[in-house]
Amino acid sequence: MRITAEHLSYTYNAGSPFACAALKDVSLTIEEGEFFGMIGHTGSGKSTFVQHLNGLLRVPSSLKKYKKKKLKKGQTPPPETVLTVGEFDLTNKKTDFRALRKHVGMVFQYPEYQLFADTVEADVAFGLKNFSEKKPTDEEKKAAVKAALEIVGLSYEELKDKSPFELSGGQKRRVAIAGVIVTRPEVLVLDEPAAGLDPLGKKEVMELLHKLHREWCKTVVIVSHDMDEISENCTRAAVFSEGNVKYVLPPKELFSHSEELLALGLDIPLTARLSAALKKRGVELDCDFTVDSFVESVLRLNGGASAENEVAPEQTETAPEWKGGAE
Amino acid sequence: MKDVAFGQYYPVESFVHRLDPRLKLVFLIAYIVAIFLADSFCGLAVCAGALILIIAFARVPLRKILRSVRGILFLVVFTAVLNVLFYTGDTVWADWWIFTITKEGVIFSARLILRLILLVMCSCMLTYTTTPVALTDGIESLLTPLKWIRFPVHELALIMSIALRFIPILMDETERIKNAQKARGADFESGGLVKKVRAIIPILIPLLLSAFRRADELGDAMDARCYTGGKHRTKYKKLRFSWRDLIAFFLIAAVMTGVVLLRVYGWAPL
Repeated sequence: MRITAEHLSYTYNAGSPFACAALKDVSLTIEEGEFFGMIGHTGSGKSTFVQHLNGLLRVPSSLKKYKKKKLKKGQTPPPETVLTVGEFDLTNKKTDFRALRKHVGMVFQYPEYQLFADTVEADVAFGLKNFSEKKPTDEEKKAAVKAALEIVGLSYEELKDKSPFELSGGQKRRVAIAGVIVTRPEVLVLDEPAAGLDPLGKKEVMELLHKLHREWCKTVVIVSHDMDEISENCTRAAVFSEGNVKYVLPPKELFSHSEELLALGLDIPLTARLSAALKKRGVELDCDFTVDSFVESVLRLNGGASAENEVAPEQTETAPEWKGGAE
Repeated sequence: MKDVAFGQYYPVESFVHRLDPRLKLVFLIAYIVAIFLADSFCGLAVCAGALILIIAFARVPLRKILRSVRGILFLVVFTAVLNVLFYTGDTVWADWWIFTITKEGVIFSARLILRLILLVMCSCMLTYTTTPVALTDGIESLLTPLKWIRFPVHELALIMSIALRFIPILMDETERIKNAQKARGADFESGGLVKKVRAIIPILIPLLLSAFRRADELGDAMDARCYTGGKHRTKYKKLRFSWRDLIAFFLIAAVMTGVVLLRVYGWAPL
């Protein structure tokens, strides 16, 4: 399912003294099969954008009225808002949003706080029950819950009868993710999936997402403010700032805009910072800013040195001397 | 969710917003006394005049104030109709089965409607123009005499301000949980009463858990800062009377005097 947004704007509490424009004329296309990243700091509009993707926030109908009025007066018509996810036209009020939600799974920030049922099995099956046309049989339910729990790396037999509130933080989050993917959505949207986890937990969650991307969900969209997370994992990333999309680029090209990113108050990955520091001293690196490719290109600098030659910390200090080996 | 925002603070700068909350509270109490003391349309007109003055100076849109009346419209109409139909008076205008419509009944109902509307509008003006924090500060200050009989006034005020502070937080939280469950296909709109009540469970349980978690965290944070209530606490914002409050005081004094004079000397054509 291809996701297309054109001229999308959204204002919270429109028409009151609390009004706050969260999205201003955002245009963005996410192709099927992408592992798409959205980055921006708090209040940049990225979460607002993803909440549109399964109709939790709607394109306000007043926008259309406004458009008609303007046209009558013969002024320049404002650009038409377009928002489609696959077949679904999200600007149309009559769209079946429940059907849409079946295809677009949404994992909110701290999803473990949405657990509610007595048992893990019942909680994971919640979505399944809601989306099925007819009541699923016990076997169907069991099979689906088992598959969902297993793909997120939990044991069905061990956990199914436990209360979700007895689990550890990491397990709770996995159960919550299982509760969303149990209906096999084609698009999976995650808002800060690794927030509040320790480094190992973060790594595991990202590995889980790649596994899901390979096996279950065609398109994965993650929202994050951690540059390393985005640069390591995404095929493309959109940079949000103050309700606008500044760039949509693969991470490799994105981080050649390091200075602009810093100006927007965003962090850049460690590898990008290192190559920027090297660039300042006249060493150009050709890498896509993943740790592996960074190490490769540093090693290549050393006159094609083999991988056995470890790069010791003090050697990085002498980087300018390697100038000749850069090409 | 927005409908719950009945009497929510409306943030603008105005004369009324800057009045001392204690004075506004006393004003409201005096005003309520006044509208029930007033036994004629002239008396109620005096009260209404005072309210119009307040509204004029508060810069809160009239639409918002009227909306607060809409909430009690049913109650008002209901009581008024009952009163018109059953009030016993001398001048009978219409008589049918057990119902009699009398001149006195109609006048009585009209006064009742006016009173109720004035009451709600004035109370809403208080909450529209006063932040919850200022309001609890004001209540705490007004209740100070109760400290002499060892009544925990400060703690009461603290409970009130925490409760008020948590309303918007929990409302946000509800919205978030509701969205999360909607994303999992939960349906809160369709179905009968039983189904609707059952649909609330997936919201209610996470909400309760989060309320307890927040309460725990707040308690810990207060402990960590060695919070103790009581007499040695100072205030960040001291309440002070100013010339504005004096003007408002004269206004309510004038209303009270007017109402009492009208009642005692009975110059009341209606």
